[in-house]
Amino acid sequence: MSHLPLYAQIINLLAAALLLLSFAMLAQRRILSLINLFMAQGIVLCASTAVVAAATEQHHLYWSALITLVLKVFLLPWILHRLIRRLNVKWDIETLINIPATMMIGLMLVIFSFNLALPISELAGTITRSTLGIAMAAVMLAFLMMITRSKAVPQVIGFLAMENGLFFAATSATYGMPMVVELGIALDVLVGMIILGVFFFQIREQFDSLDIRHLEKLKED
Amino acid sequence: MPSAPGFLCLDWILSLVCVWLAIGIAGLFAPRSFHYISRVLYPLGAAVGIALAVVAFAALPATAETMVLPLGLPDLPFHLRLDALSALFLLLLGGASAGISIYAAGYLRKGEGTAPGLQCLEYHLFLASMALVLLADDAYAFMVAWESMALTSFFLVTSDHRMPEIRRAGYIYLLIAHVGAIGILLCFGVLQGNGAEGVAGYTFAHMRGMDHNDFWASAAFGLALFGFGAKAGLLPLHVWLPEAHPAAPSPVSALLSGVMLKTAIYGFLRVCLDLLHHPLWWWGVLVLTLGLATTLFGVVFAAVQSDMKRLLAYSSIENIGLLFVGIGLTLTFQAFGMTALTVLALTSVLYHCLNHAAFKSLLFLVTGSVLHATHERSLGKLGGLIHRMPWVAWLALLGVIASAGLPPLNGFVSEWLLLQAFLFTPDLPHGYINMLIPVAAAAVALAAALAGYVMVKFFGVIFLGRPREEKLSQAHDAGILERVGLCWLASLCVALGLFPVFVIEKLDHVTTSLTGAGLGSAMRANGWLLLAPIDADRASYEPIVFLLCIAAIVVAAFLLVRRFWHGRVRVSGAWDCGFPMQTVRMQDTAEGFSQPLRQVFEPFYRLTRELPGSFDKKPMYRVIVQDHFWYWLYLPVARVAELGTRMVAFLQQGRISIYLLYSFVTLVVLLFLIRG
Repeated sequence: MSHLPLYAQIINLLAAALLLLSFAMLAQRRILSLINLFMAQGIVLCASTAVVAAATEQHHLYWSALITLVLKVFLLPWILHRLIRRLNVKWDIETLINIPATMMIGLMLVIFSFNLALPISELAGTITRSTLGIAMAAVMLAFLMMITRSKAVPQVIGFLAMENGLFFAATSATYGMPMVVELGIALDVLVGMIILGVFFFQIREQFDSLDIRHLEKLKED
Repeated sequence: MPSAPGFLCLDWILSLVCVWLAIGIAGLFAPRSFHYISRVLYPLGAAVGIALAVVAFAALPATAETMVLPLGLPDLPFHLRLDALSALFLLLLGGASAGISIYAAGYLRKGEGTAPGLQCLEYHLFLASMALVLLADDAYAFMVAWESMALTSFFLVTSDHRMPEIRRAGYIYLLIAHVGAIGILLCFGVLQGNGAEGVAGYTFAHMRGMDHNDFWASAAFGLALFGFGAKAGLLPLHVWLPEAHPAAPSPVSALLSGVMLKTAIYGFLRVCLDLLHHPLWWWGVLVLTLGLATTLFGVVFAAVQSDMKRLLAYSSIENIGLLFVGIGLTLTFQAFGMTALTVLALTSVLYHCLNHAAFKSLLFLVTGSVLHATHERSLGKLGGLIHRMPWVAWLALLGVIASAGLPPLNGFVSEWLLLQAFLFTPDLPHGYINMLIPVAAAAVALAAALAGYVMVKFFGVIFLGRPREEKLSQAHDAGILERVGLCWLASLCVALGLFPVFVIEKLDHVTTSLTGAGLGSAMRANGWLLLAPIDADRASYEPIVFLLCIAAIVVAAFLLVRRFWHGRVRVSGAWDCGFPMQTVRMQDTAEGFSQPLRQVFEPFYRLTRELPGSFDKKPMYRVIVQDHFWYWLYLPVARVAELGTRMVAFLQQGRISIYLLYSFVTLVVLLFLIRG
């Protein structure tokens, strides 16, 4: 690997950090730590975007990095912290499948994603193409986290983490999306977060709990 | 005849349909104003019906007129066409609806079911959509009109939607109507061919020009038989009919049975004789067999009913069966290229359509009057109403005679023509068919005899004898508007019965346009009095002479009895055979009257009988007659459908994690497939 340029090595390092953080989120039981992990993922994402920008001299990617920094490192974690303080849900998360089993499934997903990304990254001409598999794995792992958690807040974090993975896939495969699309997605995430925050309060008011298993009663018999 | 060159019959008819729509909408402006709706709007609707009949009558001999309406979807305009077949059924619609509308004006009562304004809207929309079904000249316009007909009639059937059994009847009706509509839609799809013509392929003009091979023609025929058979009540898709007709208010039942069933016949004739040109012989045999089964089933079940409207509904099934028998014969003869006999069978079908529309509407309206006068529809609680309701009773007698197929009324003419057509089947150039079809003729004759039995039961139990209940003495005769409606339909029955040569001459326009020949030219040679469809030496019928003979015999008998018998009359208790105590309950009941038939045809029914024990303080006797088809065909289908939906419902676990898992698995599988 030593013959790779420095930038590429840094990007690969950051991609590995992203994957590691995804696994950490999958294994994490505490909401507070989950939010911190999410913030760390945001930092990694911001850094990798900035490195790609520097390597390829794509200046609009600096703006992307800035938006990521503001939104995913400061604003969303702050909102989430506020939320769990207000809702008073700092305690442990129950998972539907136990953590080791989840990790095993996660491993298989990573292998699957790498296998999947192989032909695509052959086609891509970017310096970051080898990270596409990691980006897809991050999306899948976040999805898996949404499935295995039974509380509402971790599900939302899973949703946000999935968006992180998509963003990383976009930068690694095509040097990012056009600015308009990126701004639109950023706004969507923010608005989605706010709406979900409102829903949290509604759910708790209805069921005295944020456990979404209560929503199973909504099924029609 | 068209009055001005720019304004054709089709324009007139379209304007009349628009007036019907306008009347319906006018009903919405004052939905609770009872007087306005019953005394202004319904009579107006009846006037439109008469005008429609007149214009359609004028359009019968005219050449086909077409029109493209600027309605519908972009690039898919509505095509309309008025030819002889449409004109005949429009005549039927106008003539029957005129009587029914004027009757409905008198029949409406305050505070029954749906608000009168809303009902007025549904009723006139129903009429207008039936007219559009008859005018449509492309699959799109046809299906739109067909579906609006089904929906408006559903709302009319469920007018008294507060009763659960009426909602159930409406549900079955809607279900079967839609299953049938799918068949019709697919049939048009097959008829359209390979779709090379693109958008223009959906017009009937294009379908008419197509030449299908045997397989696709048979597929289109089978789908049409299924679709239109479901609407007409052909076995085994008949179950909605005895449920929906009794559930609806009487004028609506009359429309459903008298007119709407005919639109199904119209559609079937349109597809089989107009859009498809070369029938195969086995189509005719299939239709004939189904028709025969329907006829026998209908009449055997009609015989054991004890609800007067159900009895008439089963009688409608029987008549639909007869119509399909006639269509089957028509197709068979046409397949073998026997034009004269094709025309004879087709004429009997068309004639019977007119007849059934007249007498069955009349009889359903009669049940409406009886229902309003007595609040009772079970035959076992009626009786002796001829004294209380002479108008209704005598008009009902006309309808009953027509329905039983007795001369000199109209039912006889068409059934006689049908049997004449049967008598020529030995000429068919096919070994088995020409031996088997005469057996079918015997079955038709049996059905006609049983229909007579049913009608004797209907009339005898309701109107003759002595009242079985105290409250029947309060019964009152029909109001003036109701009488007008009944008289209109009864006079149609009489006219159709007494002037068959004239009617057949008019029907010739239809048969000529469909098969290229008519009966009329041969018959006119025999003059106005004599009806001889093929040859005067072989069989002929002179209704007016027949009527005069009957009248003379009746008058002579009356006078003779007055003159010679009267001196010897002595008054004593009736049927007092050594048993002094008598009550009205000892009269022959509806169940008792039909008991012999029930014994003979026992395997047809699914009987549940409750007999009283020896020591019962209040002995009860109860017989429930049900339909085997319901248990053999419908319930298994319903169970399979329910099983299927249960398996689908298994997907719906109500847990968000499971739902997320579904999308996750879908995503992974799709990605995997792309990878592969």
